[in-house]
Amino acid sequence: MDRVLLCRYGELFLKSGNRRHFERALVENIRAALAGVPGVRVESTHGRVLVRVAEAEADDAVGRLGRVFGLVSFSVARQVPAAPDLEALGEAAVAEARTAIARHRPASFKIDARRADKRFPVPSIEMARRIGARVQADTGLAVDVHDPAVTVGVEVGPSAAFVYAGTHGAPGGLPVGASGTALLLLSGGIDSPVAGWLAAKRGLALDAVYFHSPPYIGEKSRDKVLALGRQLARWQALRSVTVVPFTDTQKRLRDAGPAELAVVLYRRMMMRIADAVADGLGATALVTGENLGQVASQTIENLGAIEAAARRVVLRPLVTYDKVETTALARRIGTYETSILPFEDCCALFVPPHPATRARAEDAARVEEKLDLAAEIAAAVAGSEKVAVA
Amino acid sequence: MIYLDNAASTPTAPEALAALADAARAHFANPASAHTAGAAAARALEAARAEVAAGLDAEPAEIVFTSGGTEADALGVLGAARAARGRHVVVTALEHPAVMRSAEALAADGFTLDVVPPGSDGVVAAEAVVAAVRPETAVVAVMLVQNELGTVQPVADIARRLEERFPRPRRPHLHVDAVQAFGLLRVRPRALGADSVALSAHKLHGPRGAGALWLRPGARLRPLAVGGGQERGLRGGTENLPSLVGFARAVTLARAALAAGAAEAVAARRDRLEAAALAAVAAVVPGARLTVAGAPRAPHIASLAFPGLPAEPLLHALEARGVQASAGSACASKTAGPSPALKAIGLDDRTGVLRLSLSRETTDADVEGAVAALAAAAAEIAGGLPRR
Repeated sequence: MDRVLLCRYGELFLKSGNRRHFERALVENIRAALAGVPGVRVESTHGRVLVRVAEAEADDAVGRLGRVFGLVSFSVARQVPAAPDLEALGEAAVAEARTAIARHRPASFKIDARRADKRFPVPSIEMARRIGARVQADTGLAVDVHDPAVTVGVEVGPSAAFVYAGTHGAPGGLPVGASGTALLLLSGGIDSPVAGWLAAKRGLALDAVYFHSPPYIGEKSRDKVLALGRQLARWQALRSVTVVPFTDTQKRLRDAGPAELAVVLYRRMMMRIADAVADGLGATALVTGENLGQVASQTIENLGAIEAAARRVVLRPLVTYDKVETTALARRIGTYETSILPFEDCCALFVPPHPATRARAEDAARVEEKLDLAAEIAAAVAGSEKVAVA
Repeated sequence: MIYLDNAASTPTAPEALAALADAARAHFANPASAHTAGAAAARALEAARAEVAAGLDAEPAEIVFTSGGTEADALGVLGAARAARGRHVVVTALEHPAVMRSAEALAADGFTLDVVPPGSDGVVAAEAVVAAVRPETAVVAVMLVQNELGTVQPVADIARRLEERFPRPRRPHLHVDAVQAFGLLRVRPRALGADSVALSAHKLHGPRGAGALWLRPGARLRPLAVGGGQERGLRGGTENLPSLVGFARAVTLARAALAAGAAEAVAARRDRLEAAALAAVAAVVPGARLTVAGAPRAPHIASLAFPGLPAEPLLHALEARGVQASAGSACASKTAGPSPALKAIGLDDRTGVLRLSLSRETTDADVEGAVAALAAAAAEIAGGLPRR
């Protein structure tokens, strides 16, 4: 038997002018998410996306659709043959209810009936009542119209009728790419992958840049960052990671100015190099995992001093998150276990014992005058290596 | 690539690999099966057992095959503790995590644990170990060769003193982790006076996934892996015959190499490496020295201490120049620091420790290349230190 996954999207309804654009992006992303699943057909119709797939592939499809931004929910339905009668609908509802019982033993159910085709003789409320009675009689499940464990949906439309039991949540947001492209500053920590996921959730197609300082940082740290990138790619949240050699630049910055400014100097340079990489990729914004107040250097003054070096808008999805919130999200998206692997982000040789908490952009700029910034940026870009993760 | 991390693992000897492959092809049958194929496999297993026993001057009946050194350590420590009446355990602060985590598991289960510290020379004093033993001590665990420092612990002396203070049958079970020793040192469990001895194949050019626990006849163990009754009920599970055959072949090869003077040759090469390495880095790393001095050492381990130089970056810089080794301490970071063994001998966390470990395959050219690479790597990292 074939299954039809009824996929619902949210805010796209608000985007009347751009709606076609968003729908197209969503369909494309759904197709990409389902690549490799044999025999899939995707169509956009009547404000929803229908995904047709063989029963044997349905579980796989469910897992993948659960990671598509832009979808709010979806249900695994069976299509009832055209011009159905109540009998056929009831039979389908019983079958779906039985499947739900076998899977997870719900304690109760209700029927949610919709009649979009007014030619169908039975009004929705009566549909619900009669089909509900049938399901109850045939399965013994209790009816609970206020807080059912499973909702059995029956939809009669002009060209097709669908019956399903239960609905899967999806991450919401906007389809990846619908909002443009951005460059994520990715490290091996807990925060930056989560920041990338949040940015992608609002429709940004992302590439990432990772600053690598061998031999102070080992290959395992680099591997860890790429593993995080591949984890994000499962949500279509990342396409590539550009690995930028940062050792020599970092040494020169550290030795050019007072120790307390080191971290701010590194991050300003990272913004500059990120801008240059973004130029090459056509990205319109930068995304970081910066947070307020987590480490001594992440004060609002320091964020300002760092941001002054960037040309593009800097998005900081996590700036107001508590650590527990970020951690919970990292677990949900599958990056937490990789992030906590103990491979150093920054060698202690480059971190000052007392980082400045209220650095000023002017002070940093004065130190930077001792370096040839354009040459540093050019060398970094020239030595970088772009690794595909999707 | 110049490989100087043989204490972590050694390249598998071609003959051992060939023996493994032959056994894998010829003896896929379960040694427990009643048919001819099973009997042939069983015979091959017993031949391997005899070969390993011969390498220890021991009897085949005293060998329990395991999946490696860690399992053998766990079996020796946990198995003996759980079969004993007493609820006290004594270990040294130098033990490998395979022993230490087992001891800590016992402590979590209600045993009391005493950890005996070493001297700054990297050796525990026999008196100190025995002084920690009480009538209710179930297990004493002392390694034969410390894996990071290469120092040889006074196991026979400890056994003798234990016997004096607590004559059998009241003597606690003495477990000896000989994983780092077996191969380039003669290991004779009976002569050591041990009750159990842990061994690992891949430290002596054998395959991974194979090891053994030598067990004194009469010593009691509660098995960890129950089930099929294999290994006299001490270690259930269908035996990894191909790897055990490879293990046995590696043991025979190691015996022959030892008889031909391999240990002395390796020790001499190691001594030359140490002297040349320290001379080569003296200019850029003032105070570079051997991590421990004075105590007897296994022939293959060179531990070098670099004050002020973080070990991990040095390691990576070394690898970038074609030499693979290991570090006893990570970067002076929040998450890592010196290992427990290094901390126990009094090393501070600003000193990086590099371990270069040789094998009988290491050549003079390897040593020369390693010294040159180390000089350049040390210069790079020393040059990258903060100016202030």
